[in-house]
Amino acid sequence: MSDPVAPLTGASFEGYVTVSAATAPMGMITIRADLADPALAQALAATSLPLPGQRRIETTGDASVAWMSPDELLVLVPHGQLGATMAQLNAALSGQHALIVDVSDARALFHIRGVHAAEVLAKICPVDLAPSVFGIGEMRRTRAAQVACALWQSAPGEFHVICFRSVAVYVFDLLKTSAMQGAEAGLFHPA
Amino acid sequence: MSTRLASGGRFLNRATVQNFVFNGKRLRGFAGDTLASALLANDQMMVARSFKYHRPRGIVAAGPEEPNALFNMGRGARFEPNQRATTTALFEGLECESQNHWPSLEFDIGALNSLAAHVLPAGFYYKTFIHPRAFWKHVFEPIIRHSAGLGKAPQDRDADRYEHLYAFADVLIAGGGIAGLQAACVAGESGARVLLLEQTLHWGGRAVNDGAQIDGAPAQDWIAAALAKLTALPNVTLRLGTTVSGVYDHGYVLANEHVGETTPGDGRPKQRLWRIRAGQIITATGAIERPLSFAGNDVPGVMLAASLRDYLHDYAVSPGDRTVVVTNNDDAYLTAIALKEAGLSVPLIVDARRTLTGPLPQRARDLGIRVEAGWAIAAVKGTRRVTGVSLCMQAGEGGVIEEIACDAVAMSGGWSPVVHLWSHCGGKLLWNPEQAHFHPDPARPPLGADGKGFVRAAGAANGQSQNACADADHAARAALAHLGQTARTDLTLPVLEHPTQAAMAPVWVMPQGANQKLRAKMWLDYQNDVKVSDVQLAAREGYVSVEHTKRYTTLGMATDQGKLSNINGLAVLADSLNEEIPQVGTTTFRPPYTPITLGTLAGEARGEIFQPLRRSPMHEWHSDQGAYFEPVGHWRRPYCYPRGAENHADAVKREVLNTRNALGLLDASTLGKIIVKGPDAGRFLDMLYTGVMSTLPVGKCRYGLMCNENGFLSDDGVVARLDEQTFLCHTTSGGADRIHGWMEDWLQCEWWDWQVFTANLTEQYAQIAVVGPKARTLLERLGGVDVSKEALPFMGWVEGTLGGFPVRIFRISFSGELSYEIAVPAGHGRALWDKLHAEGADLGAMPYGTEALHVMRAEKGFIMIGDETDGTVIPQDLGMSWAISKKKPDYLGKRGQERPHMTDPDRWQLVGLETLDGSVIPDGAYAVAPGSNANGQRHTEGRVTSTYFSPTLGRGIAMGLIRRGPERMGQIVDFPTTTGTTVQARIVDPVFYDKEGAKQNV
Repeated sequence: MSDPVAPLTGASFEGYVTVSAATAPMGMITIRADLADPALAQALAATSLPLPGQRRIETTGDASVAWMSPDELLVLVPHGQLGATMAQLNAALSGQHALIVDVSDARALFHIRGVHAAEVLAKICPVDLAPSVFGIGEMRRTRAAQVACALWQSAPGEFHVICFRSVAVYVFDLLKTSAMQGAEAGLFHPA
Repeated sequence: MSTRLASGGRFLNRATVQNFVFNGKRLRGFAGDTLASALLANDQMMVARSFKYHRPRGIVAAGPEEPNALFNMGRGARFEPNQRATTTALFEGLECESQNHWPSLEFDIGALNSLAAHVLPAGFYYKTFIHPRAFWKHVFEPIIRHSAGLGKAPQDRDADRYEHLYAFADVLIAGGGIAGLQAACVAGESGARVLLLEQTLHWGGRAVNDGAQIDGAPAQDWIAAALAKLTALPNVTLRLGTTVSGVYDHGYVLANEHVGETTPGDGRPKQRLWRIRAGQIITATGAIERPLSFAGNDVPGVMLAASLRDYLHDYAVSPGDRTVVVTNNDDAYLTAIALKEAGLSVPLIVDARRTLTGPLPQRARDLGIRVEAGWAIAAVKGTRRVTGVSLCMQAGEGGVIEEIACDAVAMSGGWSPVVHLWSHCGGKLLWNPEQAHFHPDPARPPLGADGKGFVRAAGAANGQSQNACADADHAARAALAHLGQTARTDLTLPVLEHPTQAAMAPVWVMPQGANQKLRAKMWLDYQNDVKVSDVQLAAREGYVSVEHTKRYTTLGMATDQGKLSNINGLAVLADSLNEEIPQVGTTTFRPPYTPITLGTLAGEARGEIFQPLRRSPMHEWHSDQGAYFEPVGHWRRPYCYPRGAENHADAVKREVLNTRNALGLLDASTLGKIIVKGPDAGRFLDMLYTGVMSTLPVGKCRYGLMCNENGFLSDDGVVARLDEQTFLCHTTSGGADRIHGWMEDWLQCEWWDWQVFTANLTEQYAQIAVVGPKARTLLERLGGVDVSKEALPFMGWVEGTLGGFPVRIFRISFSGELSYEIAVPAGHGRALWDKLHAEGADLGAMPYGTEALHVMRAEKGFIMIGDETDGTVIPQDLGMSWAISKKKPDYLGKRGQERPHMTDPDRWQLVGLETLDGSVIPDGAYAVAPGSNANGQRHTEGRVTSTYFSPTLGRGIAMGLIRRGPERMGQIVDFPTTTGTTVQARIVDPVFYDKEGAKQNV
């Protein structure tokens, strides 16, 4: 079997920040469940992940779990661990009313890196990304210009954006346009 | 003549000469000039022709209120009309030309209009509608259309780029004068996030040129110190060249930053639109000086007094050797004194006030300037530039008592606070009779969601120019208190001192008893050519509302939105109506404060990213094959794949025949795919679909219809049961997001206690339809899944590994052929697509597009949402009662479908249509019935919903909704076409091809 292909695999752009598409698919699992159900926390614990608080993304090793809505989580794991994690979660939540689905192929993942990464995103996302407001570990569902997206910051100046696969080219083009040299706005840091 | 003085000009960098071109003339300015100051420095007193009468016009102001100096700027792909010279920074290579002149600025044919001014009165435009009737269409309309508009529309695609920026602040301050700086200091030093935006390229506003002292030193010192302080604060963001253009609900503010306008082509965005959310907004936008209404107040060389002072101080521009000052207040004396101190001549200060008591008039007299109290200008002499003034008594009717030669006139009619931003979101105004101006009423601010004011005015914008520091300090502290933040108490309040000014006296017409001839030369609105006599005529004709008068006379309706004319105009109206000014009121202030180019509003949304295009995992392949794409929602789907010289019709014909006879491959990835899971999933789907889904066995598929509450068909698709609690609902390509939202709406708002979860997996899977008599052969070649008739019968599905790919195969058909739809994770989509083509090449595998899909489904009589339905069609209209459960107690739409109009046997119902001559009925054609309705329109009895040339049958086929259609099999109906011919068609069964289903069930 051939390996699955990530949208725009590894495409990258050097502007006043670096914009790049993920080089390989990320395993992504949507869980819809009652977040207050102890079985869910146990199921996550079985994969070494905590239950994230509202608008949080928590990372353990190379796996993360993000709060997406009052009854929805997103688990991120290396693609190689996808099947095992799905099986673990399904086993742990069997008998519970929960929906666990693989959405790895439905998404595109981009990385935005640089001192001005937040500013580049602030051109297309209506979110207050000031360092004093938008910290590391916050997961934000918002929009990038005209399409839905979610974004988080894993380290200072290191942002990640996921969007639907079909609009990967649109979002990449948006990010490239916003990151073009000369477009420094000096919003959070002097240009 | 206006010239550049040998020294001075605090904004100029004389070391850098900048060359520019005006109306083809090469001129020189300095770095730091505005286009306006550079033109004046080159003696360009006359820069424009007026809109209606084509009168010569010059620069009046130095800021965004300028009505006359609008230019066509740039050329080609960087051409932009209506650019204000006063707010345009000069740059090397700037090219501009004046507007609204023909054939040239100096000699203009349109100026003849002014000779015919009496036939172009107020309301001329509306009067042309009335009488004589035929004149509007044939005479007035063509002339008005020809002359309407100031600048030319750009012809080329804009070469520049623009962007947006979302910003957030506790306190947004509009205006970087003394008040704005002080407010920023208080809020910033107290720790609030502050955004301070100033429209010009300089901080400090009018303070320096008005001779203000702060803490006993020139204002400039305090400004520099405040800036140093603010720049050092990390919580304060400062921006010059950024105009706050609108205030909206919930503290939303738009501001327009001028980024790369003076350096075209350097890669920077031309402008940046700031989209701001602010907790509190402080408008420190200053005030605008008003003109005086005297005859000839529009002759080039007549300028606002403070603006003339600005040109002198900031750009070392002398408006001429001899300047007459005319005023009703003390402020204009500063201009006279400044001119005198610059070594220029001020032959006379004409002051409409009878008694002059203040220190400024005294200082002027001490400098040897002649001052005449109670005098007025009777008329300005000169046409293309001022040559002199004739003088009279303000109290009289204009009898000339003296004439004086001069090159310029500096006028001041008092000051109006810039209340626009305060007013945009509903802030109310109060009239101050002493200052004769409207100012914000602090008791009636714009209200936020908490019912409290979210905008505060400060300084001159609040009618507090003499008290700007304390007023701004107060505004900032109130804003912080509102936000629950603590203002620092250890900050010292700067002491602001202005030259003492005595009371002004309102003067709305000069002289006050001016006759009709003089009033017809007193301009209120320079840009739209509205005079005092026009407003008075409107009042005589019965216009008592200021909003009606505005529209009737066009006062304040030009691109400057009446910044200079509004108050003067409504004062004249109030006088004509014998009312008080506050009783007449103002017109409504609306955003934007100054015009914003459309490119800025569009931001990044142009070209490739004008709209998000959705692309399937196989999009690139389609593109490489030269597919012709059509939009389906935001998706781009291949319509057909023309080969060689094929036209689209030929390509579609080939694709249909190949699919029917051999093997077609369709990219069906866009199909909506929604997972519905839970103990109540079956019950939920039984409510959503008209049919029964809960009885569907695992491993099987069932076609279903969804209706809205009114019973109208909304979506359709095949449902597959994956396990006891899980269903996969396929929706139309365009309907996936809408149906997913529809499901969540019902689950979250109505049936919140049902245990059901949904997930939209549309994009998780690529889906490929393998269609045609050789479909099974191809799948067997890939191997791994038993796709035989027995193992995978029609309307079944299986999961497995096909040729190494993890797939789910659905045995469903939208074409009437043997058909498999293969879902594979999207990351494998392209690889599977390639493999199917490679393995199927010798079987005749060819891709087919959406048009072939449409033709084949029409041949089979399958409906298409959006073709056979339009939001007014119920399933029963389409002969689909078979898909509606009679046993279920309820489903969404059931009640709606029982309403009398829905059960009316006269409803138009679905039938097939077979043209008698084999031609194709035009799309959208109506079937006509005898007689006509009350409007003389032909009665109709149906319409075509789908119509195609059928390559399979070799003739035109169609479906349509016909009144009582199914009862009328065999009858002939008439479809008139737009070319005058009529197509006759026989009503037939809608299934044209393989009615028994023998082809798909193999």
